[in-house]
Amino acid sequence: MAKVIGTVVIDRERCKGCDLCVVACPCDVLELAAKDVNDRGYHYAQMLNADACIGCAACATVCPDACIEVYRLMQK
Amino acid sequence: MDQNQIIEQGTKVYSRPRLMDDRNMHYCPGCSHGVVHKLVSEILDEMGLEDTAVGIAPVGCAVFAYHYIDIDWVEAAHGRAPAVATAVKRLDPSRAVFTYQGDGDLAAIGTAETIHAANRGENIVIIFINNGIYGMTGGQMAPTTLEGMKTATTPYGRRVELNGYPLNITPLLAMLPGTSYVTRQSVHTAASVRKCKSALKKAFEAVMAGKGTAVVEVVSTCSSGWKMSPAKANEWMEENMFPAYPLGDLKPLE
Repeated sequence: MAKVIGTVVIDRERCKGCDLCVVACPCDVLELAAKDVNDRGYHYAQMLNADACIGCAACATVCPDACIEVYRLMQK
Repeated sequence: MDQNQIIEQGTKVYSRPRLMDDRNMHYCPGCSHGVVHKLVSEILDEMGLEDTAVGIAPVGCAVFAYHYIDIDWVEAAHGRAPAVATAVKRLDPSRAVFTYQGDGDLAAIGTAETIHAANRGENIVIIFINNGIYGMTGGQMAPTTLEGMKTATTPYGRRVELNGYPLNITPLLAMLPGTSYVTRQSVHTAASVRKCKSALKKAFEAVMAGKGTAVVEVVSTCSSGWKMSPAKANEWMEENMFPAYPLGDLKPLE
């Protein structure tokens, strides 16, 4: 059966660490960096569980700062 | 398969809207304004209105909207966006004119301009961001503040006997014969963002077809003003704002 896999690219410096993408993700792929911060002092979002991503773009859709790009690939 | 392979072989399904400027937005983390800015950029791009759109920026948090979306903008005095939009649209009817206003702008100081522009049936889109608070000035009570809601100027909650009832202005606009399409949306989940996008698109189509004023209210959060985390603010909005401001079309497009 064909399987859909995906990945996201997060613009770390644009991220404000609002956590909305983490809440929106249905596959628990994302997390906020626990200790690291970007240049503006925000705990940016990053991939915790990259293999679980299905490229549904829910995170990017709710991101208020438009800092997430989503890629999707159909794997046969 | 690692990330680089997916990026190389896969298709890009979501990227930053082309019409958005490269600068960082000044909004607080998790602010609904960013999502609505994204939707406006996407719709204007998809409908090919990049060169014909004129936005009327308000006074309020979205006062710098012209910094973020790469189209023509006019800055209006507080609350007067529908009046300026009327002038722009009448002088050049080929333009897609929209106002982008918060609840302090549209439902308080700009009530008269808003109601009369809608009553005249001006062919403009009014985008109304309703978060029940004056976000920019420090979280004071707005006309749309809910009963019992704590703000900087109502620290014990809004009392009806002192502060009056919350103003539900969108149904008032729906009653006017000049409006063609009046709807209330939100942007707190991926599904609601997509619904809001189709509503905004419908509004621009109605206006370009000359059917009359289109109003899209977006029930939003103000995590700084409400003093909550963005995720908690979304929950609070679902529990408290939606019963007072139920989502859906108040006047469907005919």
